[in-house]
Amino acid sequence: MSSIQLRLSVNGREHELELDSRVSLLDCLREHLGLTGTKKGCDQGACGACTVLLDGERVNSCLVLAAQCADAEVTTIEGLASSEAGRAMQKAFVRNDGLQCGYCTPGQVCSAVAMLAEYEAEVPSAVGEAGLTDAEIRERLAGNLCRCGAYNGILAAVREVAR
Amino acid sequence: MNPFSYVPATDTSSAVALAAGGAKYLAGGTNLVDLMRQGIETPRELVDITRLPLADIEEQPGGGLRIGALVRNTRVATDERIRDRYPVLAQAILNGASPQLRNRATVGGNLMQRTRCGYFYDRHSACGKRDPGAGCAALDGFNRTHAILGTSESCVSVHPSDMCVALAALDAVVNIAGRDPVPLVDFHRLPGDTPHVETMLAPGELVTSIDLPPAQPGRSVYLKVRDRASYAFALVSVAAVVRMEAGRATRVRIALGGVAAKPWRAYEAEELLTGTSLDDELIHQAAGQALAGSRQRAHNAHNAFKAELARRLIRRALQGVRS
Repeated sequence: MSSIQLRLSVNGREHELELDSRVSLLDCLREHLGLTGTKKGCDQGACGACTVLLDGERVNSCLVLAAQCADAEVTTIEGLASSEAGRAMQKAFVRNDGLQCGYCTPGQVCSAVAMLAEYEAEVPSAVGEAGLTDAEIRERLAGNLCRCGAYNGILAAVREVAR
Repeated sequence: MNPFSYVPATDTSSAVALAAGGAKYLAGGTNLVDLMRQGIETPRELVDITRLPLADIEEQPGGGLRIGALVRNTRVATDERIRDRYPVLAQAILNGASPQLRNRATVGGNLMQRTRCGYFYDRHSACGKRDPGAGCAALDGFNRTHAILGTSESCVSVHPSDMCVALAALDAVVNIAGRDPVPLVDFHRLPGDTPHVETMLAPGELVTSIDLPPAQPGRSVYLKVRDRASYAFALVSVAAVVRMEAGRATRVRIALGGVAAKPWRAYEAEELLTGTSLDDELIHQAAGQALAGSRQRAHNAHNAFKAELARRLIRRALQGVRS
C-alpha cells in the first residue's frame, strides 16, 4: 500500500488525513469522514449520485482521487443543508415530489445548486436557449440519473428555485 | 484497483522524466480512474500533472488560439473567443459527457480517451487492445455501437470523443513536449493488427497543448445522434465547417464521429463539394462518397444502420451550413 497525506477542507471544516492513494473522494467522504449523505451509485461516473462541489464546481466524486484534492474545499449535501441556496433547493424538491426512493437526491440537489451558479456565470449548454427554459434545465441536469423517474418533479423544483 | 504511488508534478520536465520511467499521467481522471477501478489500467505510479502551467487559452501570433492540455472542457466551451471564432468546438464539447464530467475533464485527457467498447471493459472477453493479439469479441458480439470505417479483424472499436471530431474539422494541431507538432488527424491511429497502439505518441510522451489555426470566415455545425437526448456517446456525429464565397463553397471540412477508431475526415466528399454551391444533388453524392468505404461484416452487423445514419447526418449538416 502506498499512502498519501493531505489537508482537506470539507464543509468549512479542516481535516488532516492519511489515506491509501487509491481512495476516491467519494470513499474519503463516506468511509473516512462519516459524511454518508453523498451516495455511491455506479462508481464509474455514469449516474451522478456522488456529485459534490469541489472548489465550487460540481464533479463526480467517484472519479476524483482524494490525493488530488490537497488543499481543496469540498462541499457536500451536509454542507449545502446549512446554506440558504441548499435549503431552498431541498425544500423545493420536497414540495414538488422531486424524489421517490431518495437515493439520487443528494447528488441531484448538489448538481442543481451548482447548475444555477453555472448558469449565472454564463456557462453555456448544448441546448443554447435564452433563459433557463425547461429544455435548458433538463440538459444542464443530464448528468444526474433518477431510476425512479422523478424527473418531472425535479424539473418543477429547480424551476421554482430558479424563478 | 492495484496499489500505486502518487506523485504531484511541479514542472513539465520532471513529469516527463517520471513517465519515461513508467509512470502514467493523471489529469482530470474521468477516464483513467474508471479504467483503473475496472483493472484495465494498472499503473504502478501516477504522476498528477494538473498543477503544471498548461491550463491557459492563448492568442497565437498568426491569429489562432493555443489551448493548454490542462484546460478543463467546460472552460473551453465557455471561453468567448472559442464561442465566437470556433463555435463548432464549443458545440461538440457541450454535446459530450455531462456538466460534472466536463468540469473535471481536460483537453489533453479528452484527446487520450480510450474506447468505451464493452468488450474492452470486460476483462473476460477477448480484446486486442488489452491483450495484444487476443482477437476481438465485438466481431461476433453485440457490435451495434461499433466502427464501420477503418476497421480491421483485430478491432472494431470507436473513439468516443466529440471534441476531437470538431478539432479534426478545424485542422487543429497537437503539440507534444520535446518533438514536432502533429496534425490532429494524424494523432490517432487505426487499429490494423495493433489495436493497442491508439495514438502516435511514444510511451511517456506528453501532450502540452492544441493549436487552432486562424478561424475561417463561414459557417459550421456539430450534429450528434445518440440513444438518448443527452449524456450518451455518439452513434454518429458530424462536424462540418464551410467557407462560402459568392455562393460557392471555397473550403469544406467534414469530420465524422462514432464511426471509426479516430475522428474520421471525409476528404473525398470535401473535394467533391469544394467550388460548388452545395446543391442537394451534390450533397447527396458527397454523403454517399463519405461512406463508400464503410464495411460491415456479412453476418452479425448490428451496426449496419450507421452508414445510412451518417449519410443523412452529413446531408443535414451541409444543408444547414450552406446558406
